[in-house]
Order: sequence, then structure tokens, then C-alpha cells
Amino acid sequence: MGKRTDIKTILIIGSGPIVIGQACEFDYSGVQACKVLRREGYRVVLVNSNPATIMTDPEVADATYVEPLTAVILDKILTIEKPDAVLPTVGGQTGLNLAVELAESGILAKHGVELIGADLRAIRLAEDRSRFKQAMIKAGVPVPVSHFVYSLEEAWQAVEEIGYPTLVRASFTMGGAGGGVAQGPDDFAEVVAHGLRQSPVGEILIERSLMGWKEYELEVMRDKADNFVVVCSIENVDPMGVHTGDSITVAPAQTLTDREYQHLRDLAKKVMQAVGVETGGSNVQFAVNPATGEVIVIEMNPRVSRSSALASKATGFPIAKIAALLAVGYTLDEIPNDITRVTPASFEPSIDYCVVKIPRWNFEKFPGVDPTLGPQMKSVGEVMAIGRTFPEALNKAIRGLDIGAPGFSRLLGARREVTEAVLHRPTAQRLFKIASSLNEGASADDIITTTAFDPWFISQLQEILWMEEEIMRLGDWETGRLALGAGQSLSLSVSQSHAADLLRRAKRMGFSDAVIGAAMGMGETAVRQLRKSLGITPVYYRVDTCAAEFEAHTPYLYSTYESHCEANPSDRKKVMILGGGPNRIGQGIEFDYCCVQACWALRELGYETIMVNCNPETVSTDYDTADRLYFEPLTLEDVLNIVDLEQPDGVIVQFGGQTPINLTAGLAAAGVPIWGTSPDSIDLAEDRGRFGDLLQTLGIDHPAWGVAYSAAEALDVVARIGYPVLVRPSFVLGGRAMAIAYDDESLLRFLGEAAQVSPGNPVLIDQFIEDAFEVDVDAVGDGEQVVIAGVMQHIEEAGVHSGDSACVLPPYKISAYHLSIIEDYSEKLGRALGVRGLMNVQFAIKDEVVYVIEVNPRASRTVPFVSKATGVQVAKLAAKVQAGCTLAELGFTHTPAVNGFFVKEAVLPFDKLPGADMRLSPEMRSTGEVMGHAARFGHAFAKAQLAAKTELPTSGTVLLTVNDFDKSAAMKLGRDLARMGFKLVATQGTAVFLQKGGVAVTAVGKALEPGPTTVDLIRDGEIQLIINTPLGQQARADQAAMYAAAVRHNVPLITTLSAAQAAVNGIRALREQELAVKSLQVHYGG
Amino acid sequence: MAHLHPALLALEDGTCWPGFGFGAIGTSSGEIVFNTSLTGYQEILTDPSYHGQIITMTMPHIGNYGTTPEDDESDRVWAAGFVVRSLSPVVSNWRARQSLPDYLAERGVVGITDVNTRALVRHIRTHGAMRAVLSSKITDGDKLVALARAARDMNGLDLAQEVSCAEPYTWTEGFDWWRPDGAGGQGSGGAVERRYRVVAFDFGIKRNILRLLAVRGCEVRVVPATTSASEVLALDPDGIFLSNGPGDPAAVTYAIAAVRELLGQKPLFGICLGHQILGLALGAETYKLKFGHRGGNQPVQVAESGAVQISSHNHGFAVNAATLPEGVVNSHINLNDNCCEGLDAPAYRAFSVQYHPESSPGPHDSDALFDKFIAMMQ
Repeated sequence: MGKRTDIKTILIIGSGPIVIGQACEFDYSGVQACKVLRREGYRVVLVNSNPATIMTDPEVADATYVEPLTAVILDKILTIEKPDAVLPTVGGQTGLNLAVELAESGILAKHGVELIGADLRAIRLAEDRSRFKQAMIKAGVPVPVSHFVYSLEEAWQAVEEIGYPTLVRASFTMGGAGGGVAQGPDDFAEVVAHGLRQSPVGEILIERSLMGWKEYELEVMRDKADNFVVVCSIENVDPMGVHTGDSITVAPAQTLTDREYQHLRDLAKKVMQAVGVETGGSNVQFAVNPATGEVIVIEMNPRVSRSSALASKATGFPIAKIAALLAVGYTLDEIPNDITRVTPASFEPSIDYCVVKIPRWNFEKFPGVDPTLGPQMKSVGEVMAIGRTFPEALNKAIRGLDIGAPGFSRLLGARREVTEAVLHRPTAQRLFKIASSLNEGASADDIITTTAFDPWFISQLQEILWMEEEIMRLGDWETGRLALGAGQSLSLSVSQSHAADLLRRAKRMGFSDAVIGAAMGMGETAVRQLRKSLGITPVYYRVDTCAAEFEAHTPYLYSTYESHCEANPSDRKKVMILGGGPNRIGQGIEFDYCCVQACWALRELGYETIMVNCNPETVSTDYDTADRLYFEPLTLEDVLNIVDLEQPDGVIVQFGGQTPINLTAGLAAAGVPIWGTSPDSIDLAEDRGRFGDLLQTLGIDHPAWGVAYSAAEALDVVARIGYPVLVRPSFVLGGRAMAIAYDDESLLRFLGEAAQVSPGNPVLIDQFIEDAFEVDVDAVGDGEQVVIAGVMQHIEEAGVHSGDSACVLPPYKISAYHLSIIEDYSEKLGRALGVRGLMNVQFAIKDEVVYVIEVNPRASRTVPFVSKATGVQVAKLAAKVQAGCTLAELGFTHTPAVNGFFVKEAVLPFDKLPGADMRLSPEMRSTGEVMGHAARFGHAFAKAQLAAKTELPTSGTVLLTVNDFDKSAAMKLGRDLARMGFKLVATQGTAVFLQKGGVAVTAVGKALEPGPTTVDLIRDGEIQLIINTPLGQQARADQAAMYAAAVRHNVPLITTLSAAQAAVNGIRALREQELAVKSLQVHYGG
Repeated sequence: MAHLHPALLALEDGTCWPGFGFGAIGTSSGEIVFNTSLTGYQEILTDPSYHGQIITMTMPHIGNYGTTPEDDESDRVWAAGFVVRSLSPVVSNWRARQSLPDYLAERGVVGITDVNTRALVRHIRTHGAMRAVLSSKITDGDKLVALARAARDMNGLDLAQEVSCAEPYTWTEGFDWWRPDGAGGQGSGGAVERRYRVVAFDFGIKRNILRLLAVRGCEVRVVPATTSASEVLALDPDGIFLSNGPGDPAAVTYAIAAVRELLGQKPLFGICLGHQILGLALGAETYKLKFGHRGGNQPVQVAESGAVQISSHNHGFAVNAATLPEGVVNSHINLNDNCCEGLDAPAYRAFSVQYHPESSPGPHDSDALFDKFIAMMQ
């Protein structure tokens, strides 16, 4: 049949900023789709508001629009690009919803554009729960007893039939937003009301709770010839009740008989046929009653998903790529399997290993948020591990989480959060709590009863702990003897050979050297030496889609402690790039972007590239990205094992964020050649004492600072530098536990938190420069020369973490004088640190003084943004510099000129994490970012806001409520808004002040006060924009209520004065001229 | 696995694969093969087509869901031995009645766990299926290798007689008490009108074939492999079924002769060995594959429609499509290696498939072949 020749240009819609429920997996799927469709000769137009993605790299598509994902903007893009078709199935729920909106509003028809991959009917059937349910019943597919309701009254009626516990799901939301479980009549009304508010169509589903049932997913594909394959089965370790994105999952399914599994397969096929997905991939979720085998279909997604990315990485079957090919008319049998080369894609992968995924949460950054896991997804990332067995994969996954847990071990019981956790409540700690409970003597049966985990999983966990006990029982005598005999492994005594055998079996179960060392009373390094002397080293097996039935041609590898290594390393010149591990706040897609760029750059230089990473969502872990992919945890042990085998010419640590940076010292100590900035320079920049001395020597201004190892020392430091101070632990990323202290009491509280976050490391205390402008600089150095790639001015003032602050490139409010100082300092620092590769410098400007806040000799979060703004692939340059090129050779000797303004805005997860303090702070909490660009700053800012779903109004009412320090500035804001025709509403204090200045304003009560309040107005849709600048340590209750109302009703909320000024600027621009769109390629071209 | 005793698998090429024994304690020999199915170990163990073979499962965790009598595909375990990577220490499934080790022990079958099954599979893939000995009694590698070399060779071996029923019997049972999609359901075997009389040659027939025929209204008379054409015709069947089974098809000369006689007289449907026998009866040739197809994920394309079915396979021999006589169509093609997976001889109202449309284990994509057989009898 072959591909369609009647379409030439295809528009691909991306998923926008990283949010909870939609992460890097859609960069992965989008990049696959772009690559393969271009290879097939189609012209690809891409739109995505997220500049941190690889897909928005101008090399990936023919025309790339980093523009807001709204129907109005898409209309403009369709007018310019005139595509023949839109592929909506690789951009997550965002892409799908936007496509539906375009189709339903007639925009697609107007432009003569068709949907490919999934048609409107199929999308609506799958997404609209009531229609889905009807279709399933008709097709004979069992679905849960449920009722759709649109009001609380209807909900009360429905629950009478259904009973408690009751599950509430909101229609047309993603990541389970708006979902909840009501245990009884007491909390029912609240859960229902929340769901009704969250659903954009005010529809919720109330259904029978399947709590405690086993949960499964099948990742399936279907082509237009009705060929159907199951790519992967996934079993959730957490039973029903926890969102699958928050569940620990295993592939393939482990506890189903063939009859049960084939039944799920038959149902999935029926679901696909009934929904009418004819050209693509979908995900079907099932609940299985563990006592009776009863099966219920929970939902299906007619698009690629987080689970399909996981399934692709778990099997080697690239679902998004194949889905794109199916969408343009191929059938599965016409598409070759990349890995075997000789077999087609119309097959079902068989896997001879076990894959475990564990979500990564960031609850520590959100005090006040309920950490109980439920139907609304709360995790921000995930780690995947491959092992031959479940214990091996699980242990690798745990250490891949990069949270200081070395494996499933009794050691976990020592963690405070584990001690505090309880087994009956699903939380991030539940798996670890099982370890400590079993270790403390709880029976497997007790645990099974309490958690409803399948007994098979508990037995596997129990086996791990028994192995640990066995190692501990070895005792010092044998251990000592073993250590002595290490050099002469051929003549081991009986007890020595017993110990060696035990060690081998422990490694085979995925034990890290750290856990073994703790059990044996030895250091991790000593264990490593010992096992190497005994010849206990890993081999690497290939992910081959076929359980070794055919030869694998793709070096996609995982480690295991067996024999017969399949790695087959080459003798080419090669470089290893360490990835960033699971996404977390502060370390996400931006670093994956850098790693992928580095791969591409080094390949251009003729190097074989070797990627090491354990994040299944990413482009970097696509077997198509690097020449060789090691899907391995980023720990010193695991990385050194690969280095031992591959013997790379260099290892690059500066692109993957803090995770690989933290490995640098260990790698260097083991003699591994680290490319780029030297480990000593990295330490020089991270070590506050050494760095302070350096600044002193260079004559660079910096905030007064001190280092404290104790509360007493901290108080001494403050006595010297004075409040307010910025307190933070060392060696962390994303402003973890960073806070501003105004007095002794808050200082001491923050010290406690910092000590827990980075135990054993000192706490850094800096003078906090209030009301300063902050500036970020990304630069590239080659050891001699330092060239600034971009200077970004933060919109929010100092005190808001750079990752949570909007920023603009080029700076729009900084004098040439200050810029010249910034350039001078950046160059001095880069040279002094001998930066080879990327460097990020943060400055604060106040009262004519430019202060250096910190220097990071590594890739920063802003590198992709700078690259998109300048058109210079900064990470590529940095990678080539690390390989020995000079900047002069690369032709990068001057800061690139930027045409127009590029604004980056942060996207915060407060809608998914109710209860969080929504004020911006030095602790980073944003999950993603968007970019807006335009010739004028105001338009660029307005676009960024639109893309971040805080669309600036051009008319209506603005609610102003500012603290006393900000009142005079608010006067100007109020006046400007009033002049543009906005009505103003303000709380009492602000209103009185504005009225004094002659600005017309209506006073309104604060939330919780009697009479009409801010919350009432917001709820009634009377307010189009909120400007509130809070003061003090704790959000007041009335503020929290107002913020919650703003989130619930999607009213833009601005909490800093500088952002408010920028917003006014944006509103003015929008009123004068509507937004225009331009592809990056056209923008760079002139 | 300290509670288990050492065991050893030795191949005729001299390689040895250590592990720990489970199931029966003993020594057994057979042809070493591998199966890539992720589920269905019990159905595989009891499939008579595996007679004389030591099966290696590529799925690492085996035994997780135990065993249950309804999942038996025949009345015994036919596999000569069972090789796995990681035997489950517990049983977890609501249907489970017995653990896999107890099940095998009761049936005298030797199992070995903790084997590097991936390396073993790659070894078989490279060097081909070969004779092997599995022992939890003898752990002397040299001795076992010698035993492997002395074991009987599959080539030219008629194993169908060894697994076939001794006496004819009648099958009318549809699905047993648990089939999750409810198709058939409890007692359905009795509820269906018996409209067709089918005679099934038992070369090692699987129960699910009989069930799928029974639910379609067939009364199946199962007869021994050696039954003659005249004996079959004497039963006045509406259709004749040629079952799956083990061994070299070319060695089943008596059945080939019987089928040749039956050609054209009644509708004929063959599966697996039955397909090969039909092919041979039509004048085609068969050959031994290097390491066979065994698994539940094989893509088979229906030549007529181009549709692809994901199918369950278990065969070490195949019909050489190039030798099919005129008028006989190579109806199904394995997309992995272009091997002949089915033939259609419309002039004789005969057709067959090399793979297993009855699944069990495996996907249910090819059920319609049974409907085709029914339609031919109408």
C-alpha cells in the first residue's frame, strides 16, 4: 500500500511546557515523528511553545514555530504554512485537545487540513468518557459502573447506586487533574466540587472504586489494514487507586496466566476497533480483580503517551516513529524493525529481561501538599531500569532515582521520611517502607494485606532482603579472609569461595557495591576492588525486541551479572556523555537537550558517541540518538563499569545537570578522563571558600557570605553580614531548601532543612540583596577565550529562583555600562576557572553595583533558550570545544546579535498540587518553561504568558492588592491600567492608597472577610487579572484562598511588581497590535 | 537458591549450562529448543508437539502464577525438560492449584533454574537446535555431554505414534469453566448443536483445538495417528482434521499415505504436523529449520488479504514452498523469514497452517481458520 502521496506538508503539534503528567516523553515522540516523516520526504512544520525541547531545534523540522499552543495562533501558522495534514497524536493531551479545538471550530476545514493519526470521531470517543463508555458497552467490553454528572445534586443521586468508596474523574483533563476518591458522604461533596471545577466542560464521572485491584496497561498499535499488535504489557506494582504515572510499574506483566493475558489482548483489540483508531498507537488500561479474575477496562488514550515512551524504551520498539509512519498510510508489515533489520514491525516484542519504572516526586519542595498518591498524578519524572530479573531491575531503578538510596535494603529504614511513612497509605515512601517493615519482622502476608501488592512482588522483595541478611551473616572473619585472598582468587578457601559465590549472587540480584559494603562492613570502593579481583564484573546485553531470536544490530545495552557479554565495543575514538537521570524540578529536559546536542556535535567530529542515562522519557535514551546507548543508573559504580569496558577517550559530565557533576570527583579519582572544565575548577566554583577567594583576587563584587557547619557558626556569620540572608545547602540544584531568612528564628528553621537535604555538607549563607535585578549569562570557553552566548535579564526581582523567574533576552532594562561589567566579569571568571565548555554566571545589580551571585561551570537550564533566541547551538559548540576545538576554529568569537525579544516564562505545578504555597521564592518549583518571541518586548512577554496559560487580558477588571512597600509603584500600574480602560478592584489598603492618587478603584474585602470578597469576584468571573505582592514568611490564609481561587478559575496571577510592570507592557502591546507568528528558520534568515 | 540442588544442562557440542534443579530429580535427554512466549508455560509443557524436547523459556520469571488443571493441553507433560532463568519462589494467581515445581515433580519432569537462558538461546540460534541432557542427579559435565551425544536424533524420527492416543475417543467439551471473555462459557460444549462430525487424526492433538471445534458444533472423533483412510471414511465424517504433533513429518509415512488417499474426499484442515503431512501428501517436501519457530509473537501474513496475524508457533520443520505442486497455494507467510506457514489446495477442499490458530498459549488472531473449516463442511 505504501505511504500517501497526496499530502506534502504535515504540521506536528507539540505538548508545550513540561508539566506534571506531560514531560520529555513528548519531545521524544515528537522528534521521532519529525525525523521519520522528513526522511519519508514530507515537509514538516512543528509548533511547540517549549524552547527546551530537542524538537524545536531548527534542524529537526522544516519550519519550527516556538509559539503559544492556542487555536488563534495555530490559525495564523496554518495560514502561513498551508499544511495538508495535522498529526495530533504525538503531542500529548495538549496536542490532542488543541487539534480537537481546531477541528471543531472549523479552522482545519477553513484551511483544508485533515487530521491524520486519529480522526476527530475517534479522539472524541476516547476522550469523552460518556461516549467511550457507551461504545465499550456496545462492543461488549466491560467498563466500571459509573455515571456522568454535571452538578452536585446529580452526584448525590449517582452515588446512591454506586456506593463508597467512589472514584471521581474530571473529563478532558490530563494527569488525572480534578480526580479524587471519596471515602464516604463526608468528603464526597468536596471531591465532586473539585472535579466539576477542574473539568473544562464541567463534567465528572462518578464510578465504582476498584481500589486494590491489579492494574495493567497494554501498549498497542493498529494500522489501516486492521493489523493489530501489542507492543508491551505493563503491570503496576501499586494496585488500582494510584495514578499509573505515580505507580511503580513492571514490564512485561508478571502475574497473569496466558488465558488472562490473551483476554486483555482481545479486549484491547476490541477497544481499538470500537474507538476507531486506525493508524497509530494507543494505550489501554485494565483493572483485574485479584480474587476472581474479573477484568474491567478503565480507559484508553488514542495517542502516544508516557506509557508508550516507557514501552518503547522497554522493548526497543519505537512506538511514536511507527505511529507516524502508520499515520501517513504505511501498514505495520511495510515497516522494518530497526533493531533486527530482517524482520518487520508487524510483530509483538518478546523480552527476556525485566523492566522496572519508579516515579520521581518532589514533595519536599511543596510543604502543605498532601503527599498521598491517588488518581491525580503528582510525580515530576521517572527512572527506568533493565535487569534480567525483577530484583535486579528494581535495585538499579532505586539507585537511578538519585535520591541517595543505594537499593532495596534494610538501610532504607534509617531514612527519616521512611520512618514517618505508613504502609496503608500510598506515598512516595511506600516501597521503602516495605523494606523497613520486612526488615523489622513484618510478615509478607501482613504487607500484602495492607498494601494489596501482589504476593509475587512481595516475595521478590523478601528475597532481596534475605540475600542482604545472608551477606551480613558472612561476618568479619570471612570478609577479612576474602579480602586477603583477593589477589589469589584461584586458591580460595571453602569459606572464601562461599563468600565469592554469595557476592556473585548478590550482584546478580542487582545489589550495589554500597549495599554490599554496608552489609560487609567495607567501603564501596573496597567492594569494587574485591569483586573485580574475583572476576565479578557485569556484562552488557542488548535490548533486541525479540528475546535473542534474531541478531540485534543496535547497541542498546543494559548491564547484568551474567556471562557472554554482547557489548562488543569498538576501537574507534569515542566519547561518553552522562545524562541527567530522572526529571525533577531543577533538572529536566533542558539538560537532556544539551546531552543530545552534544551527541550530535561529537558525531559531526567523527567520534563514536556513548550515552549513559536512565530516564525513559527522553530523546537521549532513544537508541537513534547516540551511537551506543547504555540504559544504566548514573551512579559512580555503574558509570565506572561502563568506562572499564568502553575505555572512552573522554567522559563529558557538564551537560546532564548536577547528577553527573556530582560524579566528577569520583570519576577523576578513578583516573577517568573528564573532558571539559577540570574537576578542580568545578570544585573551585562549587566550594564557597575557594570561590570567595577567587572573586576577591579578581576584584569582583559579591554579596557578603559565610559557611556554617552548625547553628552557632550560622549565627556568627549573620552577626557579621546582617539580615536578610539567603540560606542554602551546598551541592544541590534547583534551589533545594534555599530560603531567605529575615531573623534568627527563620534562619534556624532553614538550617535544619538544609542539613537534611545535603547532610554532611556545609550550609551557605549569603547576604541577600533586596530589590536587585538579576541577570543570567551563558557563555562558552575554550580554555583561552570566553564568549558570551546570551545575557538574560530576569523579570522577577532577586529572591525568586532563576528557574521560576521569567527572563528576557536581550536585557531590556540594563545599561550598557552594567552590561560591559557583566561581560568583563564573565570573561575573567571563565578564564580564571579555565572553563572548557559551558559556564553560567548569575549576577545581581543594585545601586550601580554588579554582584556575582554564583558561577556554574556546566550547562545551565537556559542553554536551550539561549540557543533558540540566538540561533546558535550553544551546547554543540561547547561539546566541540571539549573535544579540543577552539572557539576561533568554530567561528564563535562574538556574542551573537539577537533580533527582537525572546521571553522565557516558568510554568508552575500549583494546579496539580493543591495546598502548595504559591508565592515565588528562592526554592525552584517550576516544572517547565515556555518562550515567546516578537519584535517588541511587550508582545514577546504577552506571548510567553499566553503560552504559559496565563493569557493577559486586554480589557476587563484587574484586582490589585499589594504590600505597603509596593504601594507607590502600584500607583503607576493602576494609573496605566485605568488609562487603558481597565476597571480596578483593590483590597482596602491598596484601594485607599490608589484613591489618594486619584485612581478610580473599587474596594473589595479580602478572602474570609464578611461581604463580597476577592474570592467571590474571582469565582464569578469578574476578575481578569490579579496583581498581588505578598510580604513576609508565611502566606496569609486570605492570600492562600485567593491564590487557590485564581488557579481554580484560571485567572492570571502575578505576584511580583516587576512582573506586573512587564504585564502592563504586554497588555499595552496587545491592545496596539495583535500577535504575529514567525518560524525560527524565517527569523534567523532575516 | 541455597535450598535447591545443583543441576546441569549439557549439549552435544560440549557446552554445559549450570543451574539449580527443580521438579523431578533425575536425568533426561532431548532436543534443546527455546520458546519466546511471555506467558503460557503450562500449556507449552503439556503440548504434545514438544515431546522429546527440552524447552528453554526466554521469559526470565517462570512459575509466578503456578499451574491449574484447566490449562493443561493434554493429560501429561510432554517436554523432556524445562530450562528457566528464575523460578518463582511463590505462586500468585487466584486460579493456581499447584506450584510449578510440585507440578513437574509429580509428573516426573526435570527442571533447571538460574540458567543463563539468554546466552543459551543465542547459542542455539547460532549453532542450531541440538541434542541435550538435563540432569539434577549427575553434575559431571563430561558424562552428560557423552549422554547427549548418545541421545536419539530428531531427524527422521516418527514421534507422532509415541504421543497419539491408543484408542479412538469422542470429544464434545467446549470451553471449560473459566474463560474470561465468556465465549462459550460453562457447559457450552453441551449447549451447542452437534451439526458436524469431524474425524481428527491425533498426532499429538492439543485440547484447545478440540474445544474450538466443539464450540462450533463439531462432534470430534479423535483417532490414533495410524488410522487408515478407509477406517476414517467408515466413520462418515463431514470433515477431517490433521492435528499438530512432534517429530519429523517425513517419518510419518503411514499418515501421509492415508491423507493422500483422503484428499478430495472430504474437507481437510491441518495444523502444524498436520500441515506438514498434508504438504507431503500433496507432493511437497519438508525440511528442518535451523532452530525453529517457538513463541507467541510471530507475524504471519495471509497471502490472499495481506492481513498480518500475530500467531503462536511451535515448529522445527517446515514445508518447502518451492516444492508445492501446481494448484496448491502458499497461503500464509512468516514475515520474519518468509517461511511457508500455510497452504491451500482448493481443488481438494484442503487447507492447513503451520502455526497454531488454537493459540493456548498465544494470541487469538487466527480463530477464523476454524470457521473456514466449518464453512467447508456446510
